Amino acid sequence: MENKIIEKQNMAPFVDNLINAEAEVIGPKRKDGKYAFDKLIETGELCLDYDTTLLPPKMYLFPPKETLIKFELGKEPEVEPVVEAKPLILFGVHPYDIKAIELLDVAFSTTNPDINYLSKREKAVIIGVDCLNPNPNAFCPSLGTATAETGFDLMLTDIGDSYVVAIGSSKGEQLLTKYAETREASQVELAQRNSERQKALARYKVTLNISPEELPQLLDKSWDSPWWKEKSEKCLSCGSCIVVCPTCFCFDVQDDVTLNLKEGERYRQWDGCMLVDFAAVAGGGNFRGDKESRFRHRMYRKGKYIWERYGKLGCVGCGRCASACLAEIASPAETFNRLKEESK
Amino acid sequence: MISQAVPQASIYLPHLAELIRIEPIAEREKVFEFRLKDGKELGHKPGQFVELSIFGIGEAPISLSSSPTKKGSFELAVRNVGNVTNALHNLDIGATVGIRGPFGNGFPVDNLKGKDIVIVAGGIGLFPLRSLINYILDKRSEFGRLIILSGSRTPQERMFVNELEKWHKREDVELLETVDEGDEEWTGHVGVVTTLSSEVHIDPEKIFAVVVGPPVMYKFVVAECHKKGIPDERIIMSLERRMKCGIGKCGHCQINGVYVCQEGPVFTYAEVKKLREAI
Repeated sequence: MENKIIEKQNMAPFVDNLINAEAEVIGPKRKDGKYAFDKLIETGELCLDYDTTLLPPKMYLFPPKETLIKFELGKEPEVEPVVEAKPLILFGVHPYDIKAIELLDVAFSTTNPDINYLSKREKAVIIGVDCLNPNPNAFCPSLGTATAETGFDLMLTDIGDSYVVAIGSSKGEQLLTKYAETREASQVELAQRNSERQKALARYKVTLNISPEELPQLLDKSWDSPWWKEKSEKCLSCGSCIVVCPTCFCFDVQDDVTLNLKEGERYRQWDGCMLVDFAAVAGGGNFRGDKESRFRHRMYRKGKYIWERYGKLGCVGCGRCASACLAEIASPAETFNRLKEESK
Repeated sequence: MISQAVPQASIYLPHLAELIRIEPIAEREKVFEFRLKDGKELGHKPGQFVELSIFGIGEAPISLSSSPTKKGSFELAVRNVGNVTNALHNLDIGATVGIRGPFGNGFPVDNLKGKDIVIVAGGIGLFPLRSLINYILDKRSEFGRLIILSGSRTPQERMFVNELEKWHKREDVELLETVDEGDEEWTGHVGVVTTLSSEVHIDPEKIFAVVVGPPVMYKFVVAECHKKGIPDERIIMSLERRMKCGIGKCGHCQINGVYVCQEGPVFTYAEVKKLREAI
């Protein structure tokens, strides 16, 4: 992989050029003492040294609410598909979110390719940045998601006075050539990048005491653990954990009509297995009607089901769920470590 | 980076279909017959389902109730139990709905060929099973014995009464009916569907059981099948879930790692018993 250097003073012009170019640029900005991805109006808003964002950048590829079809009502209804996709640059995406997007790529392109996701994805450029200040709930090194070798067009690493830029695609290379002032990276600078990454690893506070490959097997024998009931009793069934998750991709589908009742749309919106009605069926049945089974289902998705179906991890260790959970039960690391203890 | 190119068409765009016939079958249940407006066949297999749209109300997964041997149209038998089904029940002939699908695997008709088949229907479990029964009847020589055990809660809640009568009269169908609670006019069998078991004599070496009914029914029927010596691989069941997308994405129908809309809704009991939370 080819590597270049952008001096720090040249970063602002690069971002400004991107903002002024044809594509919308999305990046992490400060928001109420935390960080959130949002449209960049000017370079100064961009915070590349953030810990994590409230919501993952997945929201630009798989929006919280997204129209799928539009229709005109009446005797002869007319229906048309809606696919919204515009050129987008996701700037400053952390490696764990890149890994999560790689999972979504597989999930939305396997078996029945999803035009709504894939059209957005095709038009998106991902410019990553290495996470050097991890949030206290993150455990990326345990899952191999602290750094990414694929899934980006460009990947930045802050080495002090400059950024090393790894080129991941020809699209990324073209942007660099067109909009940035760069020079070749020296061996010393590449060594500095390694050292920054190494130092960052030491800043993670949560560790998984099991390798991710062993998780499916661990979960296989943990179905009847008392942990599920014990831990889930405090669950508020609020769905915060699934809303902030970069790998959750379940959704609900609903219709809306305009007030004149002449036309309407069908949309999907984020939904998730921790919400009470998620597995409900017509007539009042609910196949996961209790907190325990919902809590367990989510953890099995993260550690087993998604892995077995798509060959990718269902959790990237970002720690957002643990930060968002008011009941302090959502961290997959806590659950997996506890089950590992029990299995000894 | 993306393993597949962007597809040309939206998998969420329904085909338009015209409602051409409505037939009430019980207090809350009607049969709706549809024809696709583009003139094409739906092309389903018995046991598959469609996503039915009433535009402005929503979409719901509904199992196909007609056999694919019936050409030119298809039927959905529907209980009025939610928003979409309620709106459907209020439609008139000539109305336009949306149809996506067919989805799911369907009953394994090729494996059933040449075999005896005992069909166990509980309540509206008869809706999807009717697609299989009529398929077998239209290709009668390709299958062995056809035994139908049908259980309803009350005589008023018997579904497809006219067809039940027709099946009764056929010599190549062995139909046994029961109701959980009889009334003054009911002279037939009373008791849950498993109580019919003692009247049925089968050759366990060459029989498949196909079972659809309310969740509570399955374990009792499976126990009866075991008593008769039918192995797990030859006990077939169809599971109900609320599939919102039908294409293995939305997650609502998931049982453990299985998407019922993809790997199901039809499973063997050998598969079902490995799934926790399935029945």
